[in-house]
Amino acid sequence: MRGFLYFFETIKGLFITGKHLLVNTFYHTLNYIFRIKTKRKGAVTYQYPEEKKPLYPRDRTLHRMMFREDGKPRCVGCMLCVTACPSDCIYVKAEEVDGEKVATKFIVNVNRCAFCGYCVEACPEDAIRMDSGKLDFVGYSTNEMILDLLKTK
Amino acid sequence: MTELLIATIKIIVLFAWLMLFALYATLLERKESAVIQDRHGANRASIFGISSFGIFQPFADALKMLFKEDFIPAFTDKRMFKFAPVITFFFSVLVIIAIPFGEPIKIGGKIISLQLINPDIALILIFALSSMSIYGVILGGWSSKNKYAFLGTMRATAQVISYEVALIFSILSLILVYSNMKLYDIVLFQKAYLWGWLPRWGIFIQPLAFVVFIIAAIAETKRAPFDLPESESEIIGFFVEYSGVRFGVYMLTDFIETIMLSLLVTVLFLGGWHIPFIERAHLSANWVKALEIIAFQVKTFLVFGFLLLVRWTFPRFRFDQLMELGWKTLVPISIFNLIITSIVVALL
Repeated sequence: MRGFLYFFETIKGLFITGKHLLVNTFYHTLNYIFRIKTKRKGAVTYQYPEEKKPLYPRDRTLHRMMFREDGKPRCVGCMLCVTACPSDCIYVKAEEVDGEKVATKFIVNVNRCAFCGYCVEACPEDAIRMDSGKLDFVGYSTNEMILDLLKTK
Repeated sequence: MTELLIATIKIIVLFAWLMLFALYATLLERKESAVIQDRHGANRASIFGISSFGIFQPFADALKMLFKEDFIPAFTDKRMFKFAPVITFFFSVLVIIAIPFGEPIKIGGKIISLQLINPDIALILIFALSSMSIYGVILGGWSSKNKYAFLGTMRATAQVISYEVALIFSILSLILVYSNMKLYDIVLFQKAYLWGWLPRWGIFIQPLAFVVFIIAAIAETKRAPFDLPESESEIIGFFVEYSGVRFGVYMLTDFIETIMLSLLVTVLFLGGWHIPFIERAHLSANWVKALEIIAFQVKTFLVFGFLLLVRWTFPRFRFDQLMELGWKTLVPISIFNLIITSIVVALL
């Protein structure tokens, strides 16, 4: 008897999935067969390599070095980021160029980086940022994941 | 000689139609489930950079199945193991011989019926054949000599046998109403109207039998929510040990059974190729015939889509719930329906 009462609920469930089917098929037809752009899409997923999911402004992605107008890096080699880093993945080498202390090497070991963003917060010169928008950085070996931020402008 | 030629052509066309439908049924299932769940579904298979919503996906799947290693474990009963998928496939395909696809057409003075055979016992033949296909499942699971395959087989056997009862009872009340077992004549019966406005379709004159039939038949095809013999998440199913082409045959058989079910539902309950009130439209007889053939295909397709919708809506039954639904709900309802129908038929 209880099963009999469930019968109506199952019909209701069929209506829910049927509604999804019809509505989504309608939008898919508009989008892909008639090539009409609609605000609402038939699917909530992203077709990844072609279509990337939009990032939020505060999302932390691959590190980026900021440069001054004359091309020199903003980093002055104060080592605050190296101190702040919990993963110990930043190595900075600074030299004196034209009477100024500038970084000549800024190596980030992405293998170890946890993307906590402490280095960005610690930097007094706003030299390192994590807003490059790159999420799909890959390599064949761990050596390829050790990046010199000064070389990859 | 021409008779033989016509029969051969009919068989080839039917088989090609069935195989194409079954091949694209796999794509349709993936697409429909994806669309229900707000996804895209398979759309990456491409030939020369043309993917067009995954139209080539079935061929990619078939190729993958063909090139996979056909592994037969050492502990199996090899002869039976190889033979089992063929049995299910053969008997589930064979059901199509009695299905009529439209009114007879006339080509060059020859009348060709769109049906392979039209025996007096078509309905009994169909259900005999379709229940034969369970032997392939039994043999496949048993000869695998695997605990999970064995469990799946036992479940399949118990389920199919118990649901066959309700299925046959619901069909019996239909036979009482149609007073005929020829599928062609059943469709002709449904081409009339009740009180001048309601098509005399099976779904309108036997609604209870329709509900029982469709539930029991989904259970017969062993698809969700009655997919206990397979139940991928607990036991992998009676085909655990199968791989490659043999597994592909089992999977294809699953779809062929579903296609047969939608064909049967169309013929028995949805008036076959009947389009209501088309005789009032003043079309020429040839146009009506052509439209009716299309209508039959459309109805079959819609029923198939509905079955997929059912498959992607409901979660799986527990085994005791399954048996309860079969023996305590469907069988009494179908017997009640049979009694009522026989009283009504006797009185009229």
